[in-house]
Amino acid sequence: MIALTHDPIDTEDLLRAVTSPQAGAVVLFLGTVREMTAGRQTVALDYECYPEMAERKMAELEAQAQERWPIVKCAIVHRLGLLKLGEASVAVAVSTAHRDAAFEAGKWLIDTLKQVVPVWKKENWADGGSEWVHPGLPPLPER
Amino acid sequence: MIVRVKLFAVARQLAGCEEVQVSLPEAATIGQLRTAMTEQHPALVPLGRAAMFAIGTEYADDNAQLADGADVACIPPVSGG
Repeated sequence: MIALTHDPIDTEDLLRAVTSPQAGAVVLFLGTVREMTAGRQTVALDYECYPEMAERKMAELEAQAQERWPIVKCAIVHRLGLLKLGEASVAVAVSTAHRDAAFEAGKWLIDTLKQVVPVWKKENWADGGSEWVHPGLPPLPER
Repeated sequence: MIVRVKLFAVARQLAGCEEVQVSLPEAATIGQLRTAMTEQHPALVPLGRAAMFAIGTEYADDNAQLADGADVACIPPVSGG
């Protein structure tokens, strides 16, 4: 299951989606909005994506994980729009027969998602500034 | 040929629009597009060489060839999660 959504991520829904009698392990990872980054205070993050490509890349990741690990069920959801502190921006849920594969697959999925899926976040700082986050690029504050 | 390039995040912020048009020779590559885009839209110079490009929904390297009417997007370094 793959989804991009402007609504809050419903973790109960995700857990229901991956729970199965064939699975003895369910791992749920949530990425959440952190207040402090390198000593600077955030009030909210804005997320945007290239929808067609993000959905396609997330589906490819799910398929690749299914090939590498004996996954029973898998769900990846990324939230978009304005998120407040503590809200979940991304969720990866994996169920497998035994726990090692669920942890490994879940870690690979979130690590790889962060490298290849075209989603971007904008920091909205407590001091009033805001800037898109682009690893490897110097910050370019919005005018 | 004219290629329309979708812009996201800081690329859209810099250009002030969601798409730019870039004039290119026929059968140009992504590498040529990369250079021509910043020449024709200097506001995008701060992107440097950090941005990737996609043709359709696939990342395309600098050697990839563009067809007339190709669906191209500029993908600045991603920061989801």
